[in-house]
Amino acid sequence: MSARRADAIIVGAGIVGAACAVALARDGLRVLVIDAGGAALGTTAAGMGHVVVMDDSPEQLALTRYSQSLWRAQDDAVRAASELDWCGTVWVAEDEAQLEALPAKQQLYRDHGLETEVLDETTLIEAEPHLRRGLPGGLLVPSDAVIYQPAATIALLALARTMGAEVLQRMPVEEIVPCGVRCGADTLRADVIVNAAGAAAASLTPQLPVIPRKGHLVITERYPGFCRHQVAELGYLASAHVMTSESVAFNVQPRSTGQVMVGSSRELVGWDASMNRRVLGRMIARACEFMPALADLVAVRTWTGFRPATPDKLPLIGRWPDVPGLWIAAGHEGLGITTSLGTATLLADLVASREPAIDAAPFAPDRAVTAGVH
Amino acid sequence: MSTVAADVVVVGAGPAGIAAAVRATEAKRRVVVLDEAPNVGGQIWRHRSVGTLGADARTWIDRLSRTNAEVRRGVAVVDVIVGGEAGDITVVAERHLGGVDVIRTPALIIATGARERFVPFPGWTLPGVTGIGGAQALLKQGATFRGKRVVIAGTGPLILPVAASLTDAGARVVVVAEQAPFQAVRDFALSLLTHPETLLQAAIYRLAFLRTPYAMGTWVTSASGTDQLAGVAVANARTAWSLPCDLLCTGYGLVPNVDMARFVGCTTADGAVAVDERQATSVPGIFAAGEVTGIGGVGLAVAEGEIAGAATAGAARIDPSLARRRQALRVVARRMERAFALRQELRSLARDDTVICRCEDVGRAAIASFADSRQAKLYARAGMGACQGRVCGPALELLFGWQPGTVRSPLEPARLSTLSTAALAGAASSAADPSAGS
Repeated sequence: MSARRADAIIVGAGIVGAACAVALARDGLRVLVIDAGGAALGTTAAGMGHVVVMDDSPEQLALTRYSQSLWRAQDDAVRAASELDWCGTVWVAEDEAQLEALPAKQQLYRDHGLETEVLDETTLIEAEPHLRRGLPGGLLVPSDAVIYQPAATIALLALARTMGAEVLQRMPVEEIVPCGVRCGADTLRADVIVNAAGAAAASLTPQLPVIPRKGHLVITERYPGFCRHQVAELGYLASAHVMTSESVAFNVQPRSTGQVMVGSSRELVGWDASMNRRVLGRMIARACEFMPALADLVAVRTWTGFRPATPDKLPLIGRWPDVPGLWIAAGHEGLGITTSLGTATLLADLVASREPAIDAAPFAPDRAVTAGVH
Repeated sequence: MSTVAADVVVVGAGPAGIAAAVRATEAKRRVVVLDEAPNVGGQIWRHRSVGTLGADARTWIDRLSRTNAEVRRGVAVVDVIVGGEAGDITVVAERHLGGVDVIRTPALIIATGARERFVPFPGWTLPGVTGIGGAQALLKQGATFRGKRVVIAGTGPLILPVAASLTDAGARVVVVAEQAPFQAVRDFALSLLTHPETLLQAAIYRLAFLRTPYAMGTWVTSASGTDQLAGVAVANARTAWSLPCDLLCTGYGLVPNVDMARFVGCTTADGAVAVDERQATSVPGIFAAGEVTGIGGVGLAVAEGEIAGAATAGAARIDPSLARRRQALRVVARRMERAFALRQELRSLARDDTVICRCEDVGRAAIASFADSRQAKLYARAGMGACQGRVCGPALELLFGWQPGTVRSPLEPARLSTLSTAALAGAASSAADPSAGS
């Protein structure tokens, strides 16, 4: 790298690190992004790629809503490169209880300025013809999007470079020290260090409550128009919310290529990345219960990845008091693509001592976290 | 879904797979052979009726049909699960017409053969440009080439039979462009004097198109035409020229199909599966034979198949005559590999807009700045499409020196229902699972 000293060093060139690079560079900081591998090749690459509003908690709703508005306002070049497709989400109710909960959910979205549509048995099938007949209804959220997140990350890094940021790839950070990072024999110094290392964040800041939550995904050959929206079961929220050792939920996405991506699974098995065929089988079977025609679609690839999960399902954004100069932007679990932009703006506000647009306190990395509260 | 047990499962019914199955059944083993094609024979012995095949092919196919090996055709192996205990292997195959076969076996012989190597050059995706395999398939389907001007370009002995066959089918072969230099081809030909059968076969092919110029040290640099091939540009070390033609048939050698072997964790070296004297791979219970262990031709594939088949049947020692034959043919294969090594110029034919990944329509410029095949895949989708890098993977290696990425399930495109039924029916009940998913 050049001899000049950086003001901020961001560890991790995933989508969160890339978004932080843009936000800090926009504030006039000289930014250096360092990644052990390459941009977007870790946690970012493994995920589905959606820009969705989720309401597991008021704080999650605030951050996802805020982040989504930032995606809408994003630089044109970044939006185009990200292949943002505002296809919307159809949340599918499986039973009457889930159906009856929909008006309250609709009101909650409305309170946050989002119009949605409650679907009955007929309009649900009109919205997504491949859903099984007899499902009682659902909620159409038109404002959600799917995105090609590796390309979005590259575009964000390119934007950051136009504002003077530098990106160093294939450079593992071995240790974060006060106002610096150690890479081999070298220590690079800056006033602001951001740990945005995704699922690996806790290996650099061991006290962080981030654990790997494994997932499986499948992608098919091209079936343009097979589904029109991202489609997920309402039970997905429950599957994501409770830290059980293993759960699956129906969630499919239409990709810009015409391919269909099928998820999702959650497991707590440490860093074992191997394909668990039983879980994969359960996950596909669950998807086929909702969308029987999926069974005959041809899969070209399966893979696994790790979500950086926190016990209370909220990311860690803000100062880390134990290490001078250290800031955290990690623990986004399955929502890092959506919340990358909100995280970055929030972090930049905190670094600059500005009042953030949403309350930052619930995301303080050193907050007392309790697991599985519900 | 059907679940059966076998003593030996052979994947691939080409020369190596057939020989392996014959030897194992002759030793009283219950053998299941799986192949994607509607007929046995693989690429090299592909046929519609056995009568059109040479004597050697007919003999082996007859021998296989007289055994009680169970040959399942029209099935694709989509998953192989190696259990925690030695000899606990589960093979999951999808029938093209629907249905899933699950076969448990203590011994698996991987005889998955090889695929063609494609060298990307400007115009290589134009209609009218085909690989040798594509041309052979057209010939065997009885397509007519009468009056067609054909250029054949590539390397090695495999381009000779296609030149002969196209000539027989009425084509006018304008030139056979062999990229290897004259000295290399001559030295290789002279070295074959110790293997008169091979030499004789080459001579017969040569006679078949005697009036056709066989230009050594010559290669096609580009193909041109608006929506159909109209001509090619050709070069040698001294000069370059153009030739009008209707068909360009390229054959830049073969690449071992190592995906299955890599998926189950077999050690590979130089793009081929590493095997010991008994054709055993580094994974207990898994053997490999034929082109997948290195490109060496039909004779070597048969010898390796025979040895592997006997080994899975518990043969205490290797038949010394087979071992000698294998050794002699491996020597020829190594000479051939050296003689027909791809020249440096072929690595720089692709221009910025030349398509490298056909499935996703990715040009050279879109990936040239990346560091490896994973970046090319994630950032530009090269290798992400239907073929999962089977075509562009070797091209990326040739152009940029990038190694292929991790092999992921399924091994062949498979219905979602196949993946779920096989898993839920207990195909995955084995305790351990060596295939890393990410």
